Amino acid sequence: MSIDRETVDHVARLARLALSDEERDRLRDQLSAILEHINVIGEADTSQVAATAHILPMTNVMAADASRPSFEPQQLLANAPAREDGYIRVRAVLDEE
Amino acid sequence: MAELWQLSISEAAEQLRSRAISAVELTRAHLDRIEQVEGNVRAFVTVTDSEALRAAEHVDQQRAEGAKLGPLAGIPIAIKDVISTKGVRTTCSSRILEHYIPPYDATVMQRLHDAQAIMLGKTNMDEFAMGSSTENSAFFPTRNPWDTARVPGGSSGGSAAAVAAGEAMASLGSDTGGSVRQPGALTNTVAMKPTYGRVSRFGLIAFASSLDQIGPFTRSARDMALMMQAIAGHDPLDSTSVDVPTPDYSAALTGDIKGLRIGVPSEYFVEGTEPGVRAVVDQAIETLKSLGAEVGECSLPHTRYGVAAYYIIAPAECSANLARYDGVKYGFSSKKTRGGLIDYVSETREAGFGAEVKRRIMLGAYALSSGYYDAYYLKAEKVRTLIKQDFDRAFETFDALISPTSPTVAFKIGEKISDPYAMYLNDVFTIPANLAGTSGLSMPGGFSEGLPVGVQLLGPAFGEPILLRIADAFQQVTDYHTRMATPPTAKKKGRAR
Repeated sequence: MSIDRETVDHVARLARLALSDEERDRLRDQLSAILEHINVIGEADTSQVAATAHILPMTNVMAADASRPSFEPQQLLANAPAREDGYIRVRAVLDEE
Repeated sequence: MAELWQLSISEAAEQLRSRAISAVELTRAHLDRIEQVEGNVRAFVTVTDSEALRAAEHVDQQRAEGAKLGPLAGIPIAIKDVISTKGVRTTCSSRILEHYIPPYDATVMQRLHDAQAIMLGKTNMDEFAMGSSTENSAFFPTRNPWDTARVPGGSSGGSAAAVAAGEAMASLGSDTGGSVRQPGALTNTVAMKPTYGRVSRFGLIAFASSLDQIGPFTRSARDMALMMQAIAGHDPLDSTSVDVPTPDYSAALTGDIKGLRIGVPSEYFVEGTEPGVRAVVDQAIETLKSLGAEVGECSLPHTRYGVAAYYIIAPAECSANLARYDGVKYGFSSKKTRGGLIDYVSETREAGFGAEVKRRIMLGAYALSSGYYDAYYLKAEKVRTLIKQDFDRAFETFDALISPTSPTVAFKIGEKISDPYAMYLNDVFTIPANLAGTSGLSMPGGFSEGLPVGVQLLGPAFGEPILLRIADAFQQVTDYHTRMATPPTAKKKGRAR
């Protein structure tokens, strides 16, 4: 299966990744080449097996419902690029797409 | 007399205990060694020299006061820059985290602090641990101390090179598809990928969460046992860490492998492996036989699907994990756009991520997207079951398996960087253990044309003691692991931070 420019644009939008024209062309070619190798997976007979998401025989690990010390807001905000009055400042969310 | 940076951890620990040397002397010897070779090796992104000396002084002071000290007290180590270190920037060798300073320590760091190891600094890597050569670092490539025109492997290339060049006594890396074992093989170091869940991933910046596992580099199996003892164990902060007792790893080093059953998977001995690598592995098998191991052929029939399954599952998980880099909470932020949030996030990610990271995010998002999910992602997770079953069957008959770690010795810088799939094939022998969640170790097995060759030992889940026992027995009758690289000395221009 090879990938066309429209697919690259679609996936880039899903991944929230702006790309230059040159990057889009390169990724179309490289992803197509990689998929060609990866397609070997279609030859495996998986009719008798279930999927493995992770290998541990455990599900739903619960933590005790108890309070414990947490970070000061200032510590966690220290790495944020834009801050205002103890909050993270974000761009407008509603006026696009 | 050996230089202090040439000592093993156990030798150094003994000299520290008897006060023949001080922790400050040992730390300074390593900082001097870093100063001496770093201009050519470039293993470190950040050197924390003053913090290291302060910590070493504290150890010496406590020793003088007769306090009870941790098992690694005064031992200088290096940490891959994907592991969170409180107050010390943690970059993942990415522009997007270039100035990120974690507010907390990873659990492994907490444990190493408790053991009183001395952190010398943070090591270079392929960006977000994606790569097999450390050329994908956004900052600079690390060079192999055995031949500085060649790569040290990756993604934990900085951690491997630092131990190989005597810049640290041990280090930590992370292994998602071979990122500890492959650089271990290329730099003549002992490199462990523990069983999934054996070591806490809390504070390990995520790449592919169902595959990632932290593992150490050392220069002997004995030192590896000490490092594993320090970092292994259950952690309530990581819900995928397994609550089983941690064995005494040093006690596993009995030197006796008589009657141990070692399997040779025929699918790992096919064309594509360099003859020089093959010869070293064949020789290692003979050595283990002479020590009394019972060696027999076995089959892992679904090996040929391993790389494909991995390069669907790992990118899929990476595309989800790296969604957090939005320029809002932390990290690089694009100043370019005047648009709204989505433009801002997309442009931040365009400028902040390098080519390989973008490639994997795209591949993963594609494999997860509507219409392709079943054919790629779900199919890969089913193949993962087949690969796990291969190992389950093999370990019914064998205690451990043996193979090359990597099909080639260290390749030239630039040789594979323009062909992504050729780079991916470096991991053909290491990937299956990540998919199966089992244990693996690479040990120095010999040399091919002057370059180190790694021998991989694969064990079942929680098979670390057996792997250490085999590697230690091998090292008692061989001296490959004692040979250290002698990179040309050249001082680094400027300071690392």
